[in-house]
Amino acid sequence: MANVTRIALIGNPNAGKSSLFNTLTGLNQKTGNFPGVTMDKLTGIWELEPGRNIEILDLPGIYSIYPKSIDEELVINILGNPKHPDYPDMAIVVADASNLKRNLLLFSQVRDLGIPTVLALNMIDVAENQGFVINSLKLARELNVEVAEINAKKGIGVGGLKLAVIKTLKHRYASNDALPLPVSEELIEDVQKQFGEADPYRSLLWLMEHDRMKMFNQEQRESFDHLMEKHQFEPKKYKSAETVRRYEQISEVVERCVINLNRQWDAEPVKTWTDRLDKVFIHSFWGYVIFLAILFVMFQAVFTWATYPMDLIDGGVAQLNDWLKGILPDSPLTGMLTDGLIAGVGGVLIFVPQIAFLFFFISMLEETGYMSRVMFIMDKMMRRFGLNGKSVVPLISGIACAVPAIMSTRSIGSWKDRLITILVTPLMSCSARLPIYTVLIALVVPEKNTLFGVFNLQGVALFGLYLLGFFMALLSAWVLKKILRAKERSYFIMELPTYKGPRFKHVAISIYNSVRAFVFEAGKIIVAISIVLWVFASYGPGDSMAKIEEQVRLKNPTLSGVDLSNKIASEKLENSYAGHFGKLIEPAIKPLGYDWKIGIALITSFAAREVFVGTMSTIYSLGGEVDNENATIKNRMRAEINPDTGKPMYDAALGFSLLIFYAFAMQCMSTLATTYRETKSWKYPLIQFGYMTTLAYLAAFLVYQILS
Amino acid sequence: MLTLADLRIGEHGEITGFTDEILSLKLLEMGCLPGTEVILTHHAPFGDPIALKVSGYTLTMRREEAATIQIKRK
Repeated sequence: MANVTRIALIGNPNAGKSSLFNTLTGLNQKTGNFPGVTMDKLTGIWELEPGRNIEILDLPGIYSIYPKSIDEELVINILGNPKHPDYPDMAIVVADASNLKRNLLLFSQVRDLGIPTVLALNMIDVAENQGFVINSLKLARELNVEVAEINAKKGIGVGGLKLAVIKTLKHRYASNDALPLPVSEELIEDVQKQFGEADPYRSLLWLMEHDRMKMFNQEQRESFDHLMEKHQFEPKKYKSAETVRRYEQISEVVERCVINLNRQWDAEPVKTWTDRLDKVFIHSFWGYVIFLAILFVMFQAVFTWATYPMDLIDGGVAQLNDWLKGILPDSPLTGMLTDGLIAGVGGVLIFVPQIAFLFFFISMLEETGYMSRVMFIMDKMMRRFGLNGKSVVPLISGIACAVPAIMSTRSIGSWKDRLITILVTPLMSCSARLPIYTVLIALVVPEKNTLFGVFNLQGVALFGLYLLGFFMALLSAWVLKKILRAKERSYFIMELPTYKGPRFKHVAISIYNSVRAFVFEAGKIIVAISIVLWVFASYGPGDSMAKIEEQVRLKNPTLSGVDLSNKIASEKLENSYAGHFGKLIEPAIKPLGYDWKIGIALITSFAAREVFVGTMSTIYSLGGEVDNENATIKNRMRAEINPDTGKPMYDAALGFSLLIFYAFAMQCMSTLATTYRETKSWKYPLIQFGYMTTLAYLAAFLVYQILS
Repeated sequence: MLTLADLRIGEHGEITGFTDEILSLKLLEMGCLPGTEVILTHHAPFGDPIALKVSGYTLTMRREEAATIQIKRK
């Protein structure tokens, strides 16, 4: 693919960049990864001329070339570095014509980098409705670029855009040698001497943003710092002055190329739909009512509607396993394939419907522009706890899975806000905790009782656990806010986009990406753990395992059939490596009310908590009884007697202690791995693991001691 | 000195300058330039953050951020 022409799509958020990308590439899209960063890279193929396909690279929406957050950093890392594998041959800057000046700022920066650029003017109809008529021919002459008028949503203007791109590729317009705002020539020369020839503006970008650019090593970064000191160059001052200067030039151009009808007719600005909707959606009372109602529907979908596909997956995996066990010879390898690998894969796939439903809602809310309103009305409250209005999305996503939730924190500009959001998001009860909650609540909360005669007590308990997770996340954020030192200030300067109808294709892509992230990122680890777990539960030190079957037969001569094989399985587990580990940690978990059997479940859950139910069914020797697994495991656990007291083992004290432990404990390798990737340091996953597990231990200890 | 944080809903102002160097770049990039007219359109519940119309679109910011933008009444 080395010789394929590549075009980067660049533009402000909400300027129609993604719509244009979809219009140009249709279904010829693929998502990949940028080298070295865990960010989705969206590329597509566009047929520019018959027989000539080029690659389109969709870059994150930005307002300026100077990045303010992690996801914006990517853009200068590609555009600033001609040796980057994704460096484009040219750029299309998509500009919202109804907001021309602000959009031209970014355009002028990209052009000054020396990248051949086409300006695609989008939303001209919106601009005209507001009373602005743009002379795009004149604009093209003034800016010395090809300008194409497009309507990205309706797919109008693609022909003109093709011509503009072909011309630009052919002529490769000379880049702009002059800097928007002059600096000392020696400074640029010094940069060029040390770091190679480049357009002056690119040299300046290297100098000002070297810390954010991965192409430079520590030594080079230090020499940049020396150069700035030598020439007494202050990047912050320069950037501000440059921005003002650019706007001055842009205003002059716009003045000449745009006719403002409002000024001529002295008309009042029209009241738009967005203004009317905002009266309700960000109202101090109705705004919250609507938000809560939407959350309620979301919960309904995730916990009620998603159960149908989940049951199908569950049943399908069980059937596949039974079928395989039937046709394959009974050997350790078959056991590893069915009970280890396939059970592990099934354990991952079962969460896909919930994640898909949740991201359907989140993506719909983002598409319509409503999510920005949620951030707006929640910011004040979240800020008190050291979070940010933008933390709302990760926290809600955390109900499905912390992995995509933590990845969605990238849009939070302030590092401290982002870090706190990452650290507390796993306290939100994710879908992996749901099966554990279900089994344990069924054990300790009476089914028949209701609260005020209306609400099912079990349902109330489940809802309570979700609320508990949320409030603990807020509380932990508040504590972290006091402890962590801020490197930079938190800010909340954000565009409120106009309301739009959702583009279902974007929604579908977003669902696909989140599911993919979960299945491949989290899935790998869960499957690996399932296999390791199976090995540890199936083998023991020395030849102890081999003798068990004989011993059980000798000790229980009356047992036969299923009961016998269950007894054998249970004895085997006790003598396996897993059983030994469980006994090893028993003293530590005794104060919480747990015995060595629960110890095994705890240990295995530390890699991925969803294995709890599976481990429990192995421990309570359920073997092959797959149908109605939950009901059966419930009965087994209910029948378990505490050897110390002679009373049922799973009483309220133990049940609630376990529930609280699972609500708070950091038992997910994938989340820790994601935290590591997103913070680029082992320190933060360790802190996350440490504080959550301590919290879980102490809270479970308190609950058990108070209730028992 | 009058700042954007002093405006009430529906009131107009014209930006005259900034008091915070770090925030000013972000604000400039978002189109809050000296000489630009702004209208305060919404408060979030509890009066913070605020939403304003500037250069033809709606921008939100916190009250403390608005306080770094100097304005004169129009």
